[in-house]
Amino acid sequence: MNALEWIAAILLIAGALFFFAGTVGMLRFPDAFSRLHALTKVDNLGLGLLVLGLALQSGSLAIALKLLLIWVLAIVAAATGAYLVANGASRRP
Amino acid sequence: MMQNICLALAVFLLLNVAAGLVRIMRGPTPADRMLSAQLFGTTGVGVLLLLAEAMRTPALRDVALVLALLAVLAVAAFVKRGWPDEAGGR
Amino acid sequence: MVNLYLVFDLLLALTLMWVGWRTLTSPDLFRGVVLFIAFGVLMTLAWVRLEAPDVAMAEAAIGAGLTGALLLDALADLRARRSHQDIEVSRLAAVSVITLALAGVLSWVMLTLPAQHASMHAPVTQPPNASGITNPVTLVLLVYRAYDTLLEMAVLLLAVIGARALHDEAPVGRAAPQYDLLAPAARVLLPAILLVAAYLLWAGATRPGGAFQAGAVLGAAGVLLRLAGLLPSPATYRRWMQMGLVSGFMVFLLVGVLVIFAGLPWLGYPATHTKALILLVETGLTLSIGMSLLSLFMSVPEQRSPSTHARASAS
Repeated sequence: MNALEWIAAILLIAGALFFFAGTVGMLRFPDAFSRLHALTKVDNLGLGLLVLGLALQSGSLAIALKLLLIWVLAIVAAATGAYLVANGASRRP
Repeated sequence: MMQNICLALAVFLLLNVAAGLVRIMRGPTPADRMLSAQLFGTTGVGVLLLLAEAMRTPALRDVALVLALLAVLAVAAFVKRGWPDEAGGR
Repeated sequence: MVNLYLVFDLLLALTLMWVGWRTLTSPDLFRGVVLFIAFGVLMTLAWVRLEAPDVAMAEAAIGAGLTGALLLDALADLRARRSHQDIEVSRLAAVSVITLALAGVLSWVMLTLPAQHASMHAPVTQPPNASGITNPVTLVLLVYRAYDTLLEMAVLLLAVIGARALHDEAPVGRAAPQYDLLAPAARVLLPAILLVAAYLLWAGATRPGGAFQAGAVLGAAGVLLRLAGLLPSPATYRRWMQMGLVSGFMVFLLVGVLVIFAGLPWLGYPATHTKALILLVETGLTLSIGMSLLSLFMSVPEQRSPSTHARASAS
């Protein structure tokens, strides 16, 4: 494994750690809002680091761009979802 | 080697998914359950991307694309219409 | 080194079974629906492990997205109407008898099939390639078993007619008073969704994708617009909806019949324009499937349940 693959592997593992942190947050935080907070960290950083590592590994610009697109779409969807859920939850007792 | 790393991380993410099920089961509010489903979607995208690398199947990235796009649909339906009035629906 | 694939598959299978069990036995219906959505995501992974990316794509679009939204809608409608009839035993018995009889007949048919069967392996892996299509799923669906696909479209059309007959299309309500993030987000996501649908349609020739997946994504786009309140009034799109619903079946039928005048067998493709014709048929299929899925979603009213209204106005 050359240097590029090492960097990619580290990024992947870091991303997976963020996923883990998000899951822990979701299980341990006291209420829905803080859990949402943990959840969005997963979407942003966890998936982002994962995508970055995979993009480095892919060796093709087209694949890297597609991965980036997936990440951007996932963030837009997740941010919208988190806002909607938080908004709805705040208006209900 | 890289394939093994991707596969191992995919297993790890799957364990996260299994753990996330607890939040769906426990709740207590509908918001809690729904945001777990959202996490499932995102983790699913992650697993798919890792499997695309491990199984050397580029088509899985397209599957991840579809999943990422449509994850918002269930949440939107929940917020707009499907939000139960009380914590435990009938 | 432990076989990681085995670990993955075992974990997936166990989780799937557990989620499936909990979904069916959940006394809280809402929890059951959310579990079902999770089940859809897990099924997508299962299809991937079974090396069926086409099905995984369809599962991601329909199982994890559309069906979840549809069930949540149905649940809201159920709660609003509060209609709860216990199943009568006689009805249950009648349905059980009919189902068992049908299962028996089908099993008998399966067991008495002739032993020899034509293998699809050769035609699929070395296609004649006038069409330029290499994706085996698309080949089977649109070239070798085109008649089956045509009949499936007819069945889909009948199903949509049946669903619409049971439940009128609901009027579009007024937009929510507060600032609503869904509408702007839907506007941002819509071009991406349409592009992905077009991409899947085009890519279906050589990689996993095709009309069904593209149609599912298209239907999801429509449902998203409907939820965001961005669809125009029913009068405007009724014509489009009707055209879209029949276009798949009609285009397919037309192509199948017109080639007869060129001296070819029914639903046989001419060697020269194969790819163009198949793309035409697939476009019609995509439109139809998208509209069908959307119209299933349209039957549910836009307004919120009366109990929520009462509570909101009382507070």
